[in-house]
Amino acid sequence: MKNRITTLMFGLILFGCGPSGDNETTTKQLLVGGASGTELAVDQVFRKNNGSDPGTLDPHRAEGVPASNVLRDLYEGLVSEEANGNYIPGVAESWTISDDGKTYRFKIRDNAFWSNGDRIVAEDFVFSLRRSVDPQTLSNYSSMLYPIKNARGVVLGKLSPDVLGVSAEGDKILVIQLEEPTPYFISLLTHSTTYPVHPPSVKKHGSAFTRPENMISNGAFTLSNWRIQDYILLTRNEKYWDDANTTLSEVYYYPLDNPDASLRRYRANELDFTDTTPSEQLPWIKKNLNDELNITPYFGSYYYGFNNTKPPFKDNPQLRMALSLAVNRSIITDVVLGAGQIPAFTFVPPVKEYQGKKPTWANLTQEERESLAMDFYLQAGYSKSKPLSIEIIYNTSENHKRVALAVASMWKKVLGVETKLRNQEWKVFLETRRLQEETEIFRGGWIGDYDDPYTFSELLHSENEMNHSGYESAEYDALLKSASLKPAGKDRLNDLLQAEQIMLNDMPVIPLYFYVSQHLIKPWVSGLEGNVMDHHYSKYVKILKTETISSE
Amino acid sequence: MSNFRFVVGRFLGAIPTLLILICLAFFLVKAAPGGPFDFERSLPEEVEANLRAAYNLDEPVYLQLVKYIGDLLQGDFGPSFQYRDYTVTELISTGFPVSLRLGVAAILLALFFGSLIGSVAALNQNSKLDYSVMFFGMIGISIPNFVMAPLLVLFFSIGLKALPAGGYNGGDFYHMVLPVISLALPQMAYIARLTRGSMIEVLSSNFVRTAKAQGLSTRTILLSHVLKPTFLPVVSYLGPATAAIITGSVVVEQIFGLPGLGRYFVQGALNRDYTLVMGVVVFYGCLIIFFNLIVDTLYGFIDPKIKQNR
Repeated sequence: MKNRITTLMFGLILFGCGPSGDNETTTKQLLVGGASGTELAVDQVFRKNNGSDPGTLDPHRAEGVPASNVLRDLYEGLVSEEANGNYIPGVAESWTISDDGKTYRFKIRDNAFWSNGDRIVAEDFVFSLRRSVDPQTLSNYSSMLYPIKNARGVVLGKLSPDVLGVSAEGDKILVIQLEEPTPYFISLLTHSTTYPVHPPSVKKHGSAFTRPENMISNGAFTLSNWRIQDYILLTRNEKYWDDANTTLSEVYYYPLDNPDASLRRYRANELDFTDTTPSEQLPWIKKNLNDELNITPYFGSYYYGFNNTKPPFKDNPQLRMALSLAVNRSIITDVVLGAGQIPAFTFVPPVKEYQGKKPTWANLTQEERESLAMDFYLQAGYSKSKPLSIEIIYNTSENHKRVALAVASMWKKVLGVETKLRNQEWKVFLETRRLQEETEIFRGGWIGDYDDPYTFSELLHSENEMNHSGYESAEYDALLKSASLKPAGKDRLNDLLQAEQIMLNDMPVIPLYFYVSQHLIKPWVSGLEGNVMDHHYSKYVKILKTETISSE
Repeated sequence: MSNFRFVVGRFLGAIPTLLILICLAFFLVKAAPGGPFDFERSLPEEVEANLRAAYNLDEPVYLQLVKYIGDLLQGDFGPSFQYRDYTVTELISTGFPVSLRLGVAAILLALFFGSLIGSVAALNQNSKLDYSVMFFGMIGISIPNFVMAPLLVLFFSIGLKALPAGGYNGGDFYHMVLPVISLALPQMAYIARLTRGSMIEVLSSNFVRTAKAQGLSTRTILLSHVLKPTFLPVVSYLGPATAAIITGSVVVEQIFGLPGLGRYFVQGALNRDYTLVMGVVVFYGCLIIFFNLIVDTLYGFIDPKIKQNR
């Protein structure tokens, strides 16, 4: 005990001295971008925290946000994005889509080159897409490419990669055939599984083609060094077709997984960009660094799933509805989290023309919802004197714990439900959730892979591997099927909207909130724009000149 | 000759220890729920089966163990699950120099200042100097490095802007200062207390009194009679200190973002990178056994009372 007090005292003394160094900002001001506001710094170096190391820089085997971030700078697919996320031609300078929506013809740019000077030809994409679905590549993400003709058969090892619906007509024309019209196909082409790899170096080096000394890429940057757990260094690719519009000379990606450490290094000016912000420090950040905090709606949904395959939730929509109605979502977003998350009454976050339709009860006041919740609760056969007792399982994290505590106390207050909380380490949790043996209510979160509602809708399809709630609805599945046969447009979105309505009536999962992306960005970084996919390309970034002016 | 026989004996004795370590670690790692192929995006069954086969995970565990030991004997730690294009041998050989640099610097710093402070305190026993030095020693022991490190960063990096807040930068001096201090402080404090206690005991022993009575100068007494016995407990503490520095470096590497083995170990465990975790365990196991061997040998040289062929 005595030790602890000394520790505390010493801590206070040091903390007391700490901030005093910061107070010098009162007389000094930072002028960014010179007189015009757009003057560039001499050193065009951009230093980002990336949250963790990518497992690999092989675009076809890579997985997760950190890898995607780096690959977006290293490679360019047929399609690229503007800073705000709009699709623009990438390696393909133009394309046409057949009337039935199933055949895409891409025209490869004349001036597209690999970083070693080789010309990029249509055959490179044929090689790459076949490699991406080939089971021998050991890709985790190949199921992304199921929309391409025969891709599913190839991924599952039933067909040879040669029969994939991808072919070259000469050097310039690439033809991709799809199973069904897939309106979001263009957005899939910005995903790393569809990036081209340089065939000669893959053949020569095998899986070692991703090493800095071997890698030949076609994006705005090339890989110059990767020190594992230390940094990844990219340098400008002068062979890139749009190099004239690149400003940065170097980009550093740091793999700091501790948000507190990341914040400290940001404050010490060792980072220009953080991948996220530590939630405990958010009030401090809002008070002291508010101008540098960038919060943008993110294409992600946080929800609680019921295990619909076992009692008490199996065949008990009243109970599921009661628990959903009893949750006051605004308290979770505004009080518990407070970074600007959006209360969710639908499963799919709003994206482009798709805006989910909230159930009617979403328009009631919270008191009205709660009394409705009680009605459903009684119908389900429970009451305050005969309460439900249930367990929420979530992966270990301070934020998940706080949300679970809040939800449990709302259920207790409104319905008298007895809730136990159980946290599990990430991989243990993934296994528990997948097995659906001991789960009753589990935490779920999903970030869309492409900007179309289908990336969420498919999660609740009865045959989807990620349908951990075990939801089964023939009607829902049929509407998804119907949507997948339709070309882009209102009709298709209507099917998806209707499917979501059916699902929300069944309430197999409780949508809680929609994510936001949270970045700290230094004032001298220009060219980045928030977007719903949180995709940021370093080719748009410029580092502005900074001067410290003493105003006395 | 007896020394040589002792070393060889200990060396051979280490083999079963290591084997038990490998088997235990192997079964423990495999027993942990969740696997390397559990991702947020679940894999189609066929794809997962394909992956498991590629990494030999489709075989019974005992066969996997036999294969693993066979590969180990040929110096092959296997491919990493997490860093899919690298082998564990490559990862250890990039991570270990970082941890070694950090660890050696921290041990030397702790040894030098720890014994210096301890001696000064002992020679001024019960003075104000003694009390204040020991007070700070107590603080050094009680503050864990995950508290100390962020405090140092707040003060020196964000406040004074004098030192970097993290990063390795090839291990240059400025980047190593704060991590080494954070790692060394608790050990330094412990060594200081050990030295002080031991030296006070030696100073009050009969042979020192005799030396004084013979009129030897303080300098001679200290250098030729006091120092050697004083450092006996310090030397025997070096084994546990190395272990503490290794485990402590896991935390310090995480906080300062250093690319050392400790971080690989934590990341490996979290990602169920079986081969990487095993690799680090085996590697550190060998290292600790080796250090203990060195310490035991050193002990024999310092203290002739201990016969190594006992």
